[in-house]
Amino acid sequence: MSTAASRSYGILAEFETPADVMHAAEKVRDAGYKKWDVHTPFPVHGMDQAMGLKNSVVGYFTFAGGITGLTLGMSMIWFMNKFDYAIVVGGKPLFSPLYAFPVSYEMTILLGAFGTLFGMFALNRLPRLHHPLLKNLRFRGATHDKFYIVIECGDSNYSSAETRALLEKAGSKHIEIVEE
Amino acid sequence: MDATAERPVVQVAAPPIELEREPLVLKQRSLAWISDTVAGIAEGKTPTWWWAAFIPSFLVMTMCFVMIAYLISTGVGVWGLNHPVGWAWDITNFVFWIGIGHAGTLISAVLFLLRQKWRTSINRSAEAMTLFAVVCAGIFPLIHVGRIWLAWWLFPLPNANGIWPQFRSPLLWDVFAVSTYGTVSLLFWYVGLIPDLATMRDRAKTVLRKFCYGFFALGWTGSNRHWRNYEKAYLLLAGLSTPLVLSVHSIVSFDFAVSQVPGWHTTIFPPYFVAGAIFSGFGMVLTLLIPLRTLCKLEDVITVRHVELMGKVILATGSMVGYAYGMEFFIAWYGGNPYELYAFKNRAFGPYWWAYWTMITCNVISPQLFWFKKIRTNIAIVFILSIFVNIGMWFERFVIIVTSLHRDYLPSNWGYFKPTIVDILTFVGSFGLFLTLFLLFMRFLPLIAISEVKGVTPLADPHHPLGGSKGGHH
Repeated sequence: MSTAASRSYGILAEFETPADVMHAAEKVRDAGYKKWDVHTPFPVHGMDQAMGLKNSVVGYFTFAGGITGLTLGMSMIWFMNKFDYAIVVGGKPLFSPLYAFPVSYEMTILLGAFGTLFGMFALNRLPRLHHPLLKNLRFRGATHDKFYIVIECGDSNYSSAETRALLEKAGSKHIEIVEE
Repeated sequence: MDATAERPVVQVAAPPIELEREPLVLKQRSLAWISDTVAGIAEGKTPTWWWAAFIPSFLVMTMCFVMIAYLISTGVGVWGLNHPVGWAWDITNFVFWIGIGHAGTLISAVLFLLRQKWRTSINRSAEAMTLFAVVCAGIFPLIHVGRIWLAWWLFPLPNANGIWPQFRSPLLWDVFAVSTYGTVSLLFWYVGLIPDLATMRDRAKTVLRKFCYGFFALGWTGSNRHWRNYEKAYLLLAGLSTPLVLSVHSIVSFDFAVSQVPGWHTTIFPPYFVAGAIFSGFGMVLTLLIPLRTLCKLEDVITVRHVELMGKVILATGSMVGYAYGMEFFIAWYGGNPYELYAFKNRAFGPYWWAYWTMITCNVISPQLFWFKKIRTNIAIVFILSIFVNIGMWFERFVIIVTSLHRDYLPSNWGYFKPTIVDILTFVGSFGLFLTLFLLFMRFLPLIAISEVKGVTPLADPHHPLGGSKGGHH
């Protein structure tokens, strides 16, 4: 049994509706599992609470990107137009945060957007082109019209019989082991 | 446990039938139907109508590139530009195309923040339209500089004498605004595409399709731990795109408003340009989607209600534009500057009167028909009116640019701009480029945001009977 478990990635349970998978997720959460996930074709409203997940922290990456963009924009314009090669144009000041604002504003948004995107990728550990679930043919329903709960064999609570029983009791009609 | 069981059951009465909203996807289509229908457009045999649209578009695009090559190899003299009209169709086309892009961002970002769920059927194609419109827009300022090999002077790089670009000019602000806009629109569009690319990957039959969709889907598995960060990132990108889209056309309007030319030097320009941009963009979204919903058999996803709602946006923004036209005239008179007043009188009654009244007819008068529900829900009439919007908004930019320049302070400087055949063919050619890109997009990528449309159906709601809810507490 232990050799089989070491070759298996986890146990996959299929559900037909978002309500079914959400109730099942609540049971899995209450059973104290840690290494598990719900896979759905679209974000299911309320699933974060059902799984016991906290708010996402992507916003910190956005903020860091935005502050960097604003600072970079202002200092770039000051460096280019006042410090490195000053040329008076139309009697206007060599540097003013007012005329530097439109460009710095755009840079704030640009770097904020990059921070958001790459922050999201980093938090999700994406791209990950090779994944045991992606080899499973049944799992293709996760981007179509089926709902799945996957509990990894590496979870400390995992036991092939009890975990299967929990998922069956939660209402799954199809359960299978996903190979590594 | 006991406390929750004792909680009184709150009975919420169902809304009366006349207040119930029409569903966003008609005929209670299943989740599988949504992916099969939308992904099916980008799979299977290429329909004949696609080739019938693609081949002419491709040829027209080629003509655009030939004209650009002729312009670059010969010089800007091949256009009708000359003193006193130094900006004409080039900048008109630039503002026209960049304005069209704004509806895509408005639909994807602003309507998302306002929780307008109907956006899900149209946001993907509108965002694609934004990107391709920005591509078309970007060409014109680039080629109008004449010596295109020096266009890198626009970027923050020192030239041969060690001189940097000067950031006091709104033209340089524009470079940053438009390039940021193009980049952020691309990121937002791509983030929205990731779950749908995973759907395409899982449906792909050939090795090449599996590889390409799989590569760009980044290994998406629909994991809820991923959706959590994904949804937050999407919300933040929407929050960033909203001030971005408002700033881009404001900065485009600074190209004019910061100058001293009578007819350009007005403070109303930024909001007026933004309203006009949204107006023109919705016009173009309707022009594209009304034929597409029939050709791709998407009537149950892009419903008459969607068309009607877009008609209302056109009515609102068209009326704002009409107000701005009136207010410009009022301020020209009230401000007491004779040059300013002359510029406006000359617009309406001078040699370019025909352009001004075309603009008024298409932008102010014809959208008023959208007050009537019969007209908003008549697909053929909406299509015709959407083309009027496109025509009117091109003329708006032509009127602003050319009528203000052609007569300045000294009557001995006055002139009259006439386009050359190269002007005309380059502009027509830009439509070829736009349509070629759009047709390629709809042939290879899901035209509608599959996962988002699924998410707004009752089947996706765990508290709805169709979503599997058995009633009772939750």
